[in-house]
Amino acid sequence: MNKSKFGALGVYTVLYLAFLYIPVLFIPLFSFNDSIYIAFPLKEFTLQHYVDMIERKPLINALYNSLQVGFSVSVISTIFGMLAAKTFTKYHIPGTKPLTAFISIPLVIPLIILGISLLTVLKYFDIKLSLFTVGAAHTVICIPFAMFVLISRLEGFDKSMEEAAQDLGETPWITFWRVTFPLAMPGIIASLLLCFTISFDEFILAFFLGSDQPTLPLYMWSQLRFPAKLPSVLALGSVIFLTSFAVVCFAEWVRRRGVQTQTGAAI
Amino acid sequence: MTSQSLTSDQSVPSAPSTSSGGGIRGFFIRSENARGYALLAPTLILLFLAMVIPVVMLVARSFWTQSGMVQTADFSFVNYEMFFAKPIYWAVLKKSLYISGAVTIATLLLAYPAAYFVAFKVKKNKLIWLILITVPFWTSYLLRVFAWKLMLGYNGVVNSGLIGIGIIDEPLGFLLHNVNAVVLTLAHAWAAFAILPIYVSLEKIDKSLLEAAADLGEGPIRSFIRVTLPLSMPGVIAASLLVFIPTVGDYVTPKLVGGSGGIMIGNLVQNMFGRGNNWPMGSAIAVVMMITITLVVCVYLWLISQAKKRSS
Repeated sequence: MNKSKFGALGVYTVLYLAFLYIPVLFIPLFSFNDSIYIAFPLKEFTLQHYVDMIERKPLINALYNSLQVGFSVSVISTIFGMLAAKTFTKYHIPGTKPLTAFISIPLVIPLIILGISLLTVLKYFDIKLSLFTVGAAHTVICIPFAMFVLISRLEGFDKSMEEAAQDLGETPWITFWRVTFPLAMPGIIASLLLCFTISFDEFILAFFLGSDQPTLPLYMWSQLRFPAKLPSVLALGSVIFLTSFAVVCFAEWVRRRGVQTQTGAAI
Repeated sequence: MTSQSLTSDQSVPSAPSTSSGGGIRGFFIRSENARGYALLAPTLILLFLAMVIPVVMLVARSFWTQSGMVQTADFSFVNYEMFFAKPIYWAVLKKSLYISGAVTIATLLLAYPAAYFVAFKVKKNKLIWLILITVPFWTSYLLRVFAWKLMLGYNGVVNSGLIGIGIIDEPLGFLLHNVNAVVLTLAHAWAAFAILPIYVSLEKIDKSLLEAAADLGEGPIRSFIRVTLPLSMPGVIAASLLVFIPTVGDYVTPKLVGGSGGIMIGNLVQNMFGRGNNWPMGSAIAVVMMITITLVVCVYLWLISQAKKRSS
């Protein structure tokens, strides 16, 4: 692309990207700065905040909690998302549109509403708040994401493969395991990773439904009040950022590779 | 077709009730549907239990009353009367709508040109541009908001930076703890939810339509207004809803960067469920908020459908 084509619009887009990046980039920048104050001028370079972060026991605990919740949520929401995606791509049932809309509600409902609603129910039935309650809430918001990722994958491949398997006398269950499942694999991996990142970063639901066993965002929230602990929170934020970025890129790579081999095989 | 008859044969014993009337074809269609619904049922049941029932119970609790620590489950409008009697609630709700409206407009205006650039001007490596745009959103939401507090604070990054360069001598006090800081932070935090839907709808536009407009002698600006903009409206509408609805109830951003002037309705709800410890009142505020959002969205969509009718 040459400069003249780049134009005013290109310049604007670069400025807009700067607006999106600058505040976020200050997080890793100040995580290496040898001072507890988040201000210029920068002091010496240090890794001390990262050492502090690793040595903090509650933080490691919170990380472990978040991983537990994230793994469970990603598996369970992907199973539910798969059931829904399979229904909408295989059967043209009446009411597909309203039913899809119903499953998408968690995408647009303000999370505070979902949080206090679930809290009301849990309190009513005297269910104790725990990592399970946080996980259940995360599952609700992850299902539509899983469903849409899987629908786009399942729509992509040839239905004749499943029909062929059934014509050859396979039961629907065996057809699912031996044909549908391997074909949907890239979508399943993408869905698992996406749901994991959503759950891992989620704060509002965890805030209302969490217990004395905090997830990582809850732990960070509790630390923001103490200026002395800020730099190690920034260090933690930088690590999470890098990890999520790697996970998302990996998910996208898997999804695209799946699409490519699929079209390649078709040719 | 053979596959259908094979699989449907297997389901005959399990679904005898659906076989009455409608002929063989009708039976096949109905049993296919039945199996579709059966496959969808677990997801629907889960969402019913974990989303519909909770929201219904929230509405129910908004009619309870609380005095001191005791909640009574008698049906009463006391919380709603309170909501409309105290001007503070209305004022905060109105301000929340105003803030979210401003955020939505700002986010759309800022995002549209960037989405347009990637959709029409970038020929190679579109994916790289899209990834570049979405990367900042993989930091946690909490940290993205907090980053602005660090940026705009009295002893923050902007002030200390400007003093360091020598542009100002005293820190600027007006950067943080006001409505503008909330709008700015939210316009940053929700940018991806505007760019992506707009980009998708721009990308779908048939380029030959634009060429046709150019062939018919339309200038670039006129063809943008008469062809591109109307065709990208579905993306713009989706983006506006995706930004507006969740931001009305946000309480993290106002708490971190809003100060006392930037309080939003979500803060009142959170407070009632937290330190305020009046769940019925909190539920009532949340219900009024939900109804208001729904009304605003309905009016908005109605206005759009009217505008569409008039133009066609």
